Amino acid sequence: MTASVSIRNLTRTFATFKALDDVWLDIAAGEFIVLLGPSGCGKTTLLSILGGFLTPTSGTVRINDRDMAGVPPAQRSTTTMFQDYALFPHMRLIDNVGFGLRMRGMDRASRDAKAAGFLDLVGLKPSAQKKPHELSGGQRQRVALARALAVDPDVLLLDEPLGALDLKLRRQMQDELKALQRRVGTTFVHVTHDQEEAMAIADRIVVMNHGRVEDFGPPSDIYMRPKSIFAAGFMGEVNFLSGRVGRVECDAAEVETQIGPIVLPIANFTIARPQAGERVTICIRPEHFRAVDQRSVAGLSEAIVSDVSFFGTHHRCHLAPVASPEKRLVAHMPQSARVAPCDRIALSFDPAGVTALPEVREA
Amino acid sequence: MAQPSETQTTDIVLPGSARRLLASALSWLYLVAIYGFIFLPVAVLVLFSFQDGRLPVPPFNGFSLQWYESVFADRRLMAALANSLMVAVVSSVISCLLGFLAAYALARYRLPGSVLQRGLLIAPMTVSYLIIALGLLAVLNALQVPLSLWTVGIGHVVINLPLCFAIIYASMGDHHVNIERAARDLGASDVKVMALVTAPMLMPSIMAAFFLSITFSWDEFIIAFLLSRFDVTLPVEIWSMLRSGLNPKTNAIGSLVFLASVVVLVVLELALFGRSRKP
Repeated sequence: MTASVSIRNLTRTFATFKALDDVWLDIAAGEFIVLLGPSGCGKTTLLSILGGFLTPTSGTVRINDRDMAGVPPAQRSTTTMFQDYALFPHMRLIDNVGFGLRMRGMDRASRDAKAAGFLDLVGLKPSAQKKPHELSGGQRQRVALARALAVDPDVLLLDEPLGALDLKLRRQMQDELKALQRRVGTTFVHVTHDQEEAMAIADRIVVMNHGRVEDFGPPSDIYMRPKSIFAAGFMGEVNFLSGRVGRVECDAAEVETQIGPIVLPIANFTIARPQAGERVTICIRPEHFRAVDQRSVAGLSEAIVSDVSFFGTHHRCHLAPVASPEKRLVAHMPQSARVAPCDRIALSFDPAGVTALPEVREA
Repeated sequence: MAQPSETQTTDIVLPGSARRLLASALSWLYLVAIYGFIFLPVAVLVLFSFQDGRLPVPPFNGFSLQWYESVFADRRLMAALANSLMVAVVSSVISCLLGFLAAYALARYRLPGSVLQRGLLIAPMTVSYLIIALGLLAVLNALQVPLSLWTVGIGHVVINLPLCFAIIYASMGDHHVNIERAARDLGASDVKVMALVTAPMLMPSIMAAFFLSITFSWDEFIIAFLLSRFDVTLPVEIWSMLRSGLNPKTNAIGSLVFLASVVVLVVLELALFGRSRKP
């Protein structure tokens, strides 16, 4: 079972603190949504409101087109998987997974059969008679998932479910979680502060900061065409350059920057059509710097390499542009490139990978 | 840097080790004395409960089970024993139940004046049993409730409720909140959350509170004496036996009471603390 979720001007305040500030979101049935943001950005508050554990100060939540105002957690078609798994320590796994079915009045034989099926789904059928303390962290996480799915929720809410696992197990569980979501088709809303995790599992990512939605879209859109400086910075390393829009043509505009003029397609201005004279911030990912070739932007300043480290897939270089020596840029040069400190290289990048946003003061 | 002091003390090595020996001997003596002080009366009681002869005083004349025989043959004593057991079990069950409910409410909900309420619940611990018994006696008289084993039970709930509340409240941590929340999210009503999730999770401390209540009620004299009339508990019966002079039977029944307390403690230790040692 699955359902759509629609959130309209949702606000939640704690005393004077605005945890959520006018949030609008439309989640389609069967989507895997990740709420991404730093701690204190409101993502867990939003999840708690969806689950019914917190009431919004204002605004509405509709699940499957039904208004959720005043509906307690038990009567919602959502289940929550808690960060600490919240397994019942005194019950065997099969009773943990069957608990929701027991509360729905299912008799022991049928709920044991169904619970065993869900334990099988997460690969723990042989451990059905064990107690939670006999399991590893990853196994407990799987039991919590099976228990939440056993009641056939329309929407599964996951509160940093992978936070307590080590990195390797985490990557493995991400793949399992995604595969499982595809199989059961339930709408998943998953909270995390790890942008790699978000990119690995999400159909769409909601980037949040200070209780607001900064960006919402598929991982590649948010990475390549972020709609805010915060979203650009949170999704990965990025260089910011401030500039002023010069000549605007029908499908491209020129931007004057510290390192020279850059001509960008209009589509790279993600918020609004650029106006001549407007101040903008240019976002360039380190990997978009490249060796000079026919597709790249010409006429940029040269730069001095101040520092190089080899990362296997690339060389990570710190660059100081000659035209603006106090500015530091980070660039990833290809594995095969030969770069050394004090080298003077021509700056160049593919304009397709560059985004221009209305200016916010540089950090 | 320890070098100078070491050379300084080489000539007094022997006194040093002797001092250590003395300290060790004294600490052993202290250990023996303190356990002797605690357990000697009990040991004497148990020893003379096997006394062969009429007087429970030294010298020890020989081994006999005659006093145990007469204890088990004494119907009044046996009736008092059964009364004590019943009062202990019933009052402890009620104390644990009320203590659990109070602890649950104060740990999970924001109540008006919760600090004050917590204080009021624990306060009877600081009041002497005599005062509690006299107060209850006055109230029961005013309400014209006849004295019985029930009134003794009420008195024991009054003294054991603060204890049960304190033990159970202390074990109700915030780490259980999400587990209860999960149960509610899966469709459990508040009563089911308490019965199926919270109480089983707290079972070790509930059982500890229960067995401690049992031992306190089992031993309690003043309240049982002042609030009972025809049916009496074991301590009251023993006291009335003592009024008619020193009797080896009291040693035998005392030994049995002691044995019962030891059994409860051993059960407590094995059932609860033995289990909690596992991770």
